Amino acid sequence: MATTGVAAAAGERVEAAVPQVDSTVDCRGKLCPGPLIDAHMAMRTLQPGQVLELLATDPGAERDVPAFSRNTGHELLLTKSDGPVTKYYLRKKG
Amino acid sequence: MATTASEVKQAAGVIDPALEQRITALIEARVATEVEKRVAERVAALVPQRLSEGVQSIQKQAANGDGRPRRLAIVASKGSLDMAYPPLILATTAAAMGWEVAIFFTFYGLDIINRRKLPHLKVAPVGNPAMPEPIKGVPFKVPTLIGALPFMSDVATAMMKQWFAAAQIPSIQELLDVAQDTGVELISCTTTMGVMGVRDEDIIAGANYAGAGHFLDYAASADVALFV
Repeated sequence: MATTGVAAAAGERVEAAVPQVDSTVDCRGKLCPGPLIDAHMAMRTLQPGQVLELLATDPGAERDVPAFSRNTGHELLLTKSDGPVTKYYLRKKG
Repeated sequence: MATTASEVKQAAGVIDPALEQRITALIEARVATEVEKRVAERVAALVPQRLSEGVQSIQKQAANGDGRPRRLAIVASKGSLDMAYPPLILATTAAAMGWEVAIFFTFYGLDIINRRKLPHLKVAPVGNPAMPEPIKGVPFKVPTLIGALPFMSDVATAMMKQWFAAAQIPSIQELLDVAQDTGVELISCTTTMGVMGVRDEDIIAGANYAGAGHFLDYAASADVALFV
């Protein structure tokens, strides 16, 4: 998945700024329902407004994580592809 | 702008055409700068407001109109290892997304929350043409009649458990733990318990007991209802 963000949308080859991360959860190698359950468990430990970084290799996560964001209200700030790993940055609902 | 330039010209009386042109250009430039500045300010103020409204509207769509979370009702009616996974994966995923979830375990599905039986759920290789090849990459399938031989179900089960473990899929016990931890209501069908002679102490701790009436009442207000 391509890097998304304002810079990419404007057609510039500038990397979107990675938000400051408060916690990281590593779901590399895990399939559904692993990434969403891990994201849910990690969100429980965060304060509203804090940012979770989710590392996943499951191709399904590319659509599951945005659905998770829509359903929970935790904002998906940035999706960044790094080789086979996709990094998702979610801000806990305030 | 034209009016302003004309007023300036009138106030000054008859003026040099070159000077008039210069004044007009200056006024137009000043006005353009001011308009641009105000538009930029307005846009900067409006964009975050509109975005925030958009996010709220999406969140409202995710929940129901009355603001309550979405609700999932599942009937788990089968007790084989492969059929124990779908209801638990769907339930835990929904719970992770903030939904209310209840699973009604009935008939063979009751084995999934039977503490004596759940560690021994098996795959049925007989009459299951979808059984995968025993050796990955080798396109040879075991004929389903062979599946009727003694211990073939154990072999198929061991095989499948190994694949699940290799793919880092949680075990049934682990999924049940996550389900209970995330507030999924596990309902043991009391009719099935009576028919099959299952006692309260056979059912895992934390499960509730009810019949079809309670489940239907719950499912009537569910957004998604599934029979597995």
